[in-house]
Amino acid sequence: MSERYIARSSAIAARLLEGEMVIMSALDSTLFTLNATATAIWQAADGRTPLREIVHNAIHAQFSEVPGSALQDAETFVEALAQHGILLLSDQPITDATALGASQ
Amino acid sequence: MSRLIDEITARGVRMGLPITVHMDVTYRCNERCDHCYLDHDDHGEMTTAEIKRVLDQLAAAGTFFLVLSGGEVFMRQDFFEILEYARRLQFDVNVKTNAVMIREAEARRLRSLGVRRFQVSIYSDDPAVHDGITRLPGSLQRSLRAMRFLKEQGMYVTLANVLMRQNMHDYAGTQRLAREMGIDFALDPTITPMMDGSTAPLTLRIPTERLQEVYRDASLGPIGSEACGSDDEDVQGNASCSAGHASCYISPYGDVYPCVQFPMPCGNLRHQTFQEIWGDSPQLAELRTIRVRDLPSCSSCGNVGSCSRCPGLAYMEGNMRGPSTADCEKSYARTGHASVNLLAKMNNAATTASPKLVQIQL
Repeated sequence: MSERYIARSSAIAARLLEGEMVIMSALDSTLFTLNATATAIWQAADGRTPLREIVHNAIHAQFSEVPGSALQDAETFVEALAQHGILLLSDQPITDATALGASQ
Repeated sequence: MSRLIDEITARGVRMGLPITVHMDVTYRCNERCDHCYLDHDDHGEMTTAEIKRVLDQLAAAGTFFLVLSGGEVFMRQDFFEILEYARRLQFDVNVKTNAVMIREAEARRLRSLGVRRFQVSIYSDDPAVHDGITRLPGSLQRSLRAMRFLKEQGMYVTLANVLMRQNMHDYAGTQRLAREMGIDFALDPTITPMMDGSTAPLTLRIPTERLQEVYRDASLGPIGSEACGSDDEDVQGNASCSAGHASCYISPYGDVYPCVQFPMPCGNLRHQTFQEIWGDSPQLAELRTIRVRDLPSCSSCGNVGSCSRCPGLAYMEGNMRGPSTADCEKSYARTGHASVNLLAKMNNAATTASPKLVQIQL
């Protein structure tokens, strides 16, 4: 199975409030609030770190064990965000600096 | 969408965060609108570097929604630089403009910066009326052309229609124009005193009977400050609005106020940081203690549950805990019931031979 990479889009507004990331898409005005785990994945979406590694690190930071379904759940989550242009998703590292918004 | 924004604002109130900040980057303008409350001279606007420093402080304080306005924002030659910086800090940016300086190239650049929403002031679909109010010949045509460019770039555009005596018969046509262009329409009959306290613009307010017709028009959404109202059932425990609780206003000179319509000075960003003002201003602290139950006149008024009392307009009338007569008049136009404040004014004006008016609450 090939690695997947994620990068934050620059076409968003985002702010960390009470540990949850609030994100507004400038493309379609969709508003998202991410829970703590999703926020950790979002903040680590640097385009270079494989999604598998991001998920492992994000979940390990909060729980002692990483559930087997975690990666599959994360893929569903990032695909949903990618559909709204919030995240960029690729099978290759994403090096385009203009794609990356700040993490907060 | 607005429910989610309301939830984020409520979270801001709970956490004491300035979720929405309205910053006027200049008071200079290329139009001279009859009803404008601003002095258009430059008395020492914040520099580009000062504005960037303020934006840094706002981002650190938790501000998410940033409204950039004026004056006319594009009168600043560094406006794109300010916008770019604001977007790099990931604010959700809403720009209020007359748009006459936006052409296709500017619209493309604004899109590339990720600006989400524009609010453009249009007074009438009739060029003679609109240009008569702005005193800039050709301004309606230029503003509408710019709005089409913005729309073509996929940005959200709202046509903001301030209603006054000169254009009070035109709003239906202006609303139709917005519908034909596929953009939102927002009507506001609020005319405020000038920032220096002059009440000269108030003579432009539309008469009560016309205001009643406007409020009876079911085709219109929330009108003016109705959008500031709360759905909270605890009416007496409510603050009047989010001004000073989860939002504030910054002038081009760095002055911080609770709202653009609430000119109570709370500090200056050339002398203090934003966080110092937001956290420590005695004026904001006092404002935050006020609940509807503390308002001597309004708390006992039968209209209190539906009134959109603006504490800023009340402040300009002399007391931020007092009634705002302009909102009492709107409330009367909407409900047909005179407020306690209006009745008191009528009784004061009445001769001793006239019967005393009372408000009956059912």
